[in-house]
Amino acid sequence: MSLLLDRLWQGLIDTGLMVGVSSLLALILGIPLAVVLVTSERGGLFEAPALNRLLGGLVNLFRSVPFLILMVALIPFTRLLVGTTYGVWAAVVPLTIAATPFFARIAEVSLREVDHGLIEAAQAMGCRRWHIIWHVLLPEALPGLIGGFTITVVTLINSSAMAGAIGAGGLGDLAYRYGYQRFDTQVMVTVIIVLIVLVTLIQLSGDRLARYFNRR
Amino acid sequence: MSGLPISLRQVADLRPATPAPLSPASRSPASRPEALDTLLRFEGVGKTYPGAETSVRALHGIDLAIRRGEVFGIIGRSGAGKSSLIRTVNRLEQPSEGRVLIDGLDIARLDEDGLVALRRRIGMIFQHFNLMSAKTVRENIELPLRVAGVPRAQRRRKVEDLLALVGLEDRRDAYPTQLSGGQKQRVGIARALVHDPQILLCDEATSALDPETTQSILALLREINQRLGLTILLITHEMEVIRDLCDRVAVLERGEVVEQGPVWRVFGEPHHEVTRTLLAPLRHPLPDDVATRLRAEPAPGDALVLDLRFSGRNAAPDLAALANRLGGRVTLLDGGIERIQGRALGHLLLAIHGSPHPASNLLERAHQLADHVEAIGHVAAS
Repeated sequence: MSLLLDRLWQGLIDTGLMVGVSSLLALILGIPLAVVLVTSERGGLFEAPALNRLLGGLVNLFRSVPFLILMVALIPFTRLLVGTTYGVWAAVVPLTIAATPFFARIAEVSLREVDHGLIEAAQAMGCRRWHIIWHVLLPEALPGLIGGFTITVVTLINSSAMAGAIGAGGLGDLAYRYGYQRFDTQVMVTVIIVLIVLVTLIQLSGDRLARYFNRR
Repeated sequence: MSGLPISLRQVADLRPATPAPLSPASRSPASRPEALDTLLRFEGVGKTYPGAETSVRALHGIDLAIRRGEVFGIIGRSGAGKSSLIRTVNRLEQPSEGRVLIDGLDIARLDEDGLVALRRRIGMIFQHFNLMSAKTVRENIELPLRVAGVPRAQRRRKVEDLLALVGLEDRRDAYPTQLSGGQKQRVGIARALVHDPQILLCDEATSALDPETTQSILALLREINQRLGLTILLITHEMEVIRDLCDRVAVLERGEVVEQGPVWRVFGEPHHEVTRTLLAPLRHPLPDDVATRLRAEPAPGDALVLDLRFSGRNAAPDLAALANRLGGRVTLLDGGIERIQGRALGHLLLAIHGSPHPASNLLERAHQLADHVEAIGHVAAS
């Protein structure tokens, strides 16, 4: 029993580390990417159709590759970046690269939903373009951005299960090796319950936070 | 449209050396000598939107001169081009032809810095208020000052002044969803005035409000115009707004100005069909009960029904003189007079019974006391 608890604890830490670091990176990289996607389109604040098409294409490219394949395909890049292709830190690289375009697309939708009248009002009051991004687009889209980030975190928990394939450990890996390969139903069920609780907690806090910031 | 870009300092110089007079100018044109100098001029402004199959011509050959300190209204049906026109003033729209001049400066020549400076001299309010939902009333009003780098203490003072002006001191920490439509527009007005602009653009500012709230917003705009000497350019599809607020009006139809002049004159003597259509809701139609009893040919003992119109060119109707001039028993069936810019406009529907003068003569006699007279028919005297 205590062995199971130890493994469970270790799995939770590994999952938390992978998901935490990669979702944070996806947040930091995804929001600017989403802002560029929204503002560079035709008629946008920083109109640049060529850049818009290029970024849109890249985002679609990474989003269309299944995570397991992306992870394997990125092995040389991962080695270059973190010096290893094995373990938690090696998993963070493909997880981030998968989550960033995913989150950027969701964030893009929220930013696009900001009423055009607000942008017009901001222009009329003498806002510069970056003022509009900072004082209008981002604050007005905040509830949607929080909701989108919550979905991204949950999706990352999902993807991180596959990271077991490159020895990153985590809850999913635990369930797969003990539950599936060794027919240990107890481990499998326990892990599933832990995952359900984890996802529920994340979704609940995300919803609460989004509601707190929603003044509409 | 060549020429050097003009930037910040030059725009700052556009402000009048002496501030606009703060005298509570009455709305009669005669008491506005300062209003004769042109602040904003449209010269042959046209706007064409390129479309997939055919391009749409929204504006064509607009020539208008807006005077300093006046309230100028642009009215038209939806799709007439009002929105596009008002947006050329702060370059939310770029005209495809012609020029927009503010104090003689062609605003198309401004670079980004110049444009930002210009926009801080022009306030704008909107039909749907366009307040930031994530910001409180205070933060909304403060935003234009924040992006202009005004220090915090100075911002707070200005916001307090404006909250007092629009009467929302007790709602400063509310979010826009917690406000009524009229309160939201008051916040919009406060936000538009935060840089002490020269011009206020009103884009259908009262169209989303109920009649009572509309009146209070119009009263506030009138007060601002008179107290601050602010020039107001507004667009609307409601003639009441023009009547209650404006000094002069232009009627826009299919992207062209079809009629313009002092409000009383356009109301009193509308020339264009569209103007008459827009004025129709404010006009008294012939009352139904009179219309059904009306006969073209008189029966013995019938009263003659005359419609007398007063276009504001002459004095208000002299009732004693009318009764005297027409003779017999004169009954007022319908009508009324309203005062616009100190002029009496309106119509009186009179029934004349037992006059010693023949019917053909009555028309002429009435015409000496009214601007326009029409014989409507005959009704049985009651």
